[in-house]
Amino acid sequence: MSEISVEKYQALARQTRVRVLRMIHRAQSSHVGTSLSAADLLTVLYNRVLRLDPARPDWPDRDRFILSKGHGCAVVYAVLAEKGFFPRDWLETFYLDGSHLPGHITRSVPGVEASTGSLGHGLSIGCGMALVGKREEQPYRVFVLLSDGECDEGSTWEAALFAPHHHLDNIIAIVDYNKIQSFGTVKEVLDLEPLASKWQAFGWATREIDGHDFEQIEKALLSVPFEPGRPSCIIAHTVKGKGVSFMEGQLAWHYKPPNDEQLAQALAELGVFG
Amino acid sequence: MPQELPLREAYGQTLVDLGRENPDIVVLDADLSSSTMTHFFAKEFPNRFFDCGVAEQNMVSIAAGLAASGKIPFASTFAVFAPGRCFDQIRMSIAQPGLNVKLVATHGGISVGEDGISHQSIEDLSLICSLPGFTVIVPADAIETAQAVRAAAASFGPFYIRLCRPKVPLVYGDDYRFNLGKAVTMRQGGDVTIIAIGILVAAALEAADDLKREGIDCRVVNMPTLKPIDEEAIIKAAADTGAIVTVEEHLEHGGLGSTVARVVARHRPVPMEFVAIKDTYATSGKADELLQRYGLTAKDIGQAVRGVLKRSG
Ligand SMILES: [Mg+2]
Repeated sequence: MSEISVEKYQALARQTRVRVLRMIHRAQSSHVGTSLSAADLLTVLYNRVLRLDPARPDWPDRDRFILSKGHGCAVVYAVLAEKGFFPRDWLETFYLDGSHLPGHITRSVPGVEASTGSLGHGLSIGCGMALVGKREEQPYRVFVLLSDGECDEGSTWEAALFAPHHHLDNIIAIVDYNKIQSFGTVKEVLDLEPLASKWQAFGWATREIDGHDFEQIEKALLSVPFEPGRPSCIIAHTVKGKGVSFMEGQLAWHYKPPNDEQLAQALAELGVFG
Repeated sequence: MPQELPLREAYGQTLVDLGRENPDIVVLDADLSSSTMTHFFAKEFPNRFFDCGVAEQNMVSIAAGLAASGKIPFASTFAVFAPGRCFDQIRMSIAQPGLNVKLVATHGGISVGEDGISHQSIEDLSLICSLPGFTVIVPADAIETAQAVRAAAASFGPFYIRLCRPKVPLVYGDDYRFNLGKAVTMRQGGDVTIIAIGILVAAALEAADDLKREGIDCRVVNMPTLKPIDEEAIIKAAADTGAIVTVEEHLEHGGLGSTVARVVARHRPVPMEFVAIKDTYATSGKADELLQRYGLTAKDIGQAVRGVLKRSG
């Protein structure tokens, strides 16, 4: 895929955030903070890194992307619609009765590889896909986006043990480390530190990046696997609610839809007026 | 006495045969392959066998990932661990997307014996039958096991097959043909129907022999496919015989008895009795001692039959 300027990334990410805010405002439900913290990572993944063909969502050689933090589905649905996996007007039905886009990411949606929402499943599912890719020498890679809260789950660490044991250097775990989980900061609820050394100790070639710095995101994602024969882990330091001043770093915006006024204010901050 | 064979071995050997026939068959285990007998497959196809270690949750979701990549994964451990340990993974990773994963759990029921309640799975059928889209099979002997495993491999969708630990007498001959979703009438009879699953099919046949001597003519039905259950056979049994006794090595709640009762209540209400484990956990002991203590013998089936006949008049 061709090079993309930082300005272009910014514009794409801004557009995604606008869609996410409108979806969640319309639905008056869903997780806004986690969708916004992952928006920049997803912008780089879907525009520069993942080898995909929206016209053929089941193309065998496609890279796999799994949103293990299934509650962040709004931002993935928004990106998939932008890439043409399904009509953009589906976004207007997000979370509504009879919609193609149900709450928590679901495999029935074109471009979605796994149903998640109960935390701690995605990395294991990804390991299964990576195992087939490795054993059959297929070209695809498997990218799994986890939340920090999800690193509380024991099953996440079962998968973390498994991938290095089988030398799955075609799987990449990305932790959206926004430092806030459902009802408290990660530090208060169950401290993960030192997080990078934990992944490293489990056998993952690990790098830490600023998850909102497009140059750092792109550089990391384009250089996987970091070491041949080992899975890669990217700890992306992010800000929950990123891009909307009154949502940034605020626990309340884990699960809260904006009202009309808040939507207008948020969109204005993103350069959309009226 | 009929020959006694372990169901687990029939499973393990059938996997090897399937592996030779179809390169997409892959097998997962959670550090119990010598007990579940997936080790036969592991030996012949080391590149298609994945020991996940003592990490059943991971194993189940990996199986989902393999299925999503076009493989036909068979994942095995003890029934207390799958579905017991990893119900959430089975529900989200396999059942909801309807993936083509085959869970084959061994050591079902209290016939596990001496190892005690931590390893006696008496809730697994209730758990797994609650999941939409799952096909659930409880084979009665080694011959049925081999064919059920083949049927699961040949049919798309999530399957659960429950096997037991001990050797079990054969109730079928080599000419038996397993039919997915179909009940098997083992013996014709007009006074009452005994519907049994798993290792207790043999006990049901024994009970029918005993009752014959008392002049009670029992129909004996094996219901290897617990879900989706053969409603037609149940309705016919109710209509023809007017009374039903269900027999299972599982809690009374949520297994064969509950499922049959739902069909009977809806379509053809008749008196029923339930031979099953009452609302309790078992102790340690030899398999036959435990089956006796918890009321799962031919004698108990006989008693249930006499009881239900009193009510059906
Ligand atoms: Mg978080």
